[in-house]
Amino acid sequence: MSDALLSTVSLRKSFGGVVAADGVSLEVVPGEIHAVIGPNGAGKTTLVNLLSGLLTPDAGDIVFDGRPVGRLSAAARVKRGLARSFQITSVLREFTAADNVALAIQARQGHSFKFWKPALEDLALRQPAATILAQVGLADRADIVAGNLAHGEQRQLEIAMVLATGPKMLLLDEPMAGMGIEESQRMVELLQDLKSQYTMLLIEHDMDAVFALADRITVLVYGREIATGAPADIRANAEVRDAYLGASETD
Amino acid sequence: MIAGINMKSATSWMTLGVLVMFAVMPFLAPALGEPFYVKVFARVMIWSIAAISLNLIMGYGGMISFGHAVFLGIGGYSIGIASTHGLDNAWIQWPLAIGVCAVVGLIFGFISLRTRGVYFIMITLALAQMIFFLSVSAEQYGSDDGLNIWQRSEFGVAWFDLENALTMYYVIFAFLVAALFAMWRIVNSRFGLVVRGSRSNDLRMQAVGFPTYRYRLTAFVIAGVMCGIAGILQANFEKFVSPDMMNWPVSGELIFMVVLGGMGTLIGPVVGALVFLLLSEILKDITEHWHIIFGPFLVLVVLFARGGVVGLLTTGVSRE
Repeated sequence: MSDALLSTVSLRKSFGGVVAADGVSLEVVPGEIHAVIGPNGAGKTTLVNLLSGLLTPDAGDIVFDGRPVGRLSAAARVKRGLARSFQITSVLREFTAADNVALAIQARQGHSFKFWKPALEDLALRQPAATILAQVGLADRADIVAGNLAHGEQRQLEIAMVLATGPKMLLLDEPMAGMGIEESQRMVELLQDLKSQYTMLLIEHDMDAVFALADRITVLVYGREIATGAPADIRANAEVRDAYLGASETD
Repeated sequence: MIAGINMKSATSWMTLGVLVMFAVMPFLAPALGEPFYVKVFARVMIWSIAAISLNLIMGYGGMISFGHAVFLGIGGYSIGIASTHGLDNAWIQWPLAIGVCAVVGLIFGFISLRTRGVYFIMITLALAQMIFFLSVSAEQYGSDDGLNIWQRSEFGVAWFDLENALTMYYVIFAFLVAALFAMWRIVNSRFGLVVRGSRSNDLRMQAVGFPTYRYRLTAFVIAGVMCGIAGILQANFEKFVSPDMMNWPVSGELIFMVVLGGMGTLIGPVVGALVFLLLSEILKDITEHWHIIFGPFLVLVVLFARGGVVGLLTTGVSRE
């Protein structure tokens, strides 16, 4: 598939003796939700860290939107339209929900070497922030300090920050981690809403969510891609069942 | 809104009160029969400017520099060295001093901001001590005896002479007001929010697209320059510079003033400098062994008043 929005070419990364990405080649086409699953230690988070620029690959490259990005900084990749969320909730805890999103918007409005004009009342930041908060369902929580939001709300806020960067593609690292059933359900609905606008790479342990959302699934085991295909194919794949679905999970 | 940024109610009254007190001190202190306190308050204001500058990187930016006093020394020595070579013109001296501080800030920041936490503390300390030892070994500039400045900076304006005590006092006051105002604008600007966001969660800031290193470096340079200005004022006020003004205990005292007053609050460093210096003056009058009282007091403040003095006085207003 040459029309892929994101593709990786034999991506390798090892930590000491542990190979966390062993020649991963992956293609995400525009408009799809591409889930990456695999048992613990399969290298899923390493993959997201490589894609988002928090780690540099030992070998191989990443092509996003037609251009190689494998050596760009995390911030530069966000500017190209590749934004991520974290497995462990990562928001600015001392700032209000609205401030969090406004800062993400500020990041895409050129440089921030502006030393004099107050930013907190800047409507060019506040208005789009309010719109995005409403989109993720946090409109009435805008003025709450992020550290005081419920866990599920912090996850939603993180999605809002990702959206505020104006991405072409979302890298979501276990967006349902630590959520209750109801919160998970709300997150699934949110991601379904967003599906029409964004391409997504989704890493998730919650198999119900994965099969509800994903167009295609890639299975990673020990840093190696063992299968990629439609959800039904993955379910039926014997190797996958052995390595993952059948053995450790009773899903 | 975020705690500590708005100059609202309690904190803005406190700011106003402190500034009014500084403004009337040259008249109030002699009237109360304590003219010596005019000098004490001039020193408090100089230390305040230095502490305000440290607060930008430490309180708002989470960069705990243990070498910040080096900029006091560099600002001061720039004036002292220029003066010994017969260069007294303020219009040359001051930009020169500021320029040197900016360059040193850029180099030190460039190196030290590649590290974090305790490594950042140690590297800033090491770099600052390097300059300290340089000043100790500079024999033509007095080594550790220091350097007398015979003539304060000259602005070439007849009615504006720093040798006049009142003019000197109000120049310091004007710089304090300017420093506070500039800091208020900076921490609430887009730039300031990036620096504060990076303190809160640097990884997150990078992941929304901020190359945070260059913002932190800029903050480091701004803080260095502002502290350098405090050094310029100190050199002029004391008519003397010595290596002691940039030795590591001074950096420690600056950190203490910021913590004592209230980290990440606008007026905190000023209140911290005020309490720190006044209390040490008063205790010195009471007993020769004043450190025995002063030390435990500082420990108690750190243990029980997390927001510093400002935090104590404005509980319920400031949320941090």
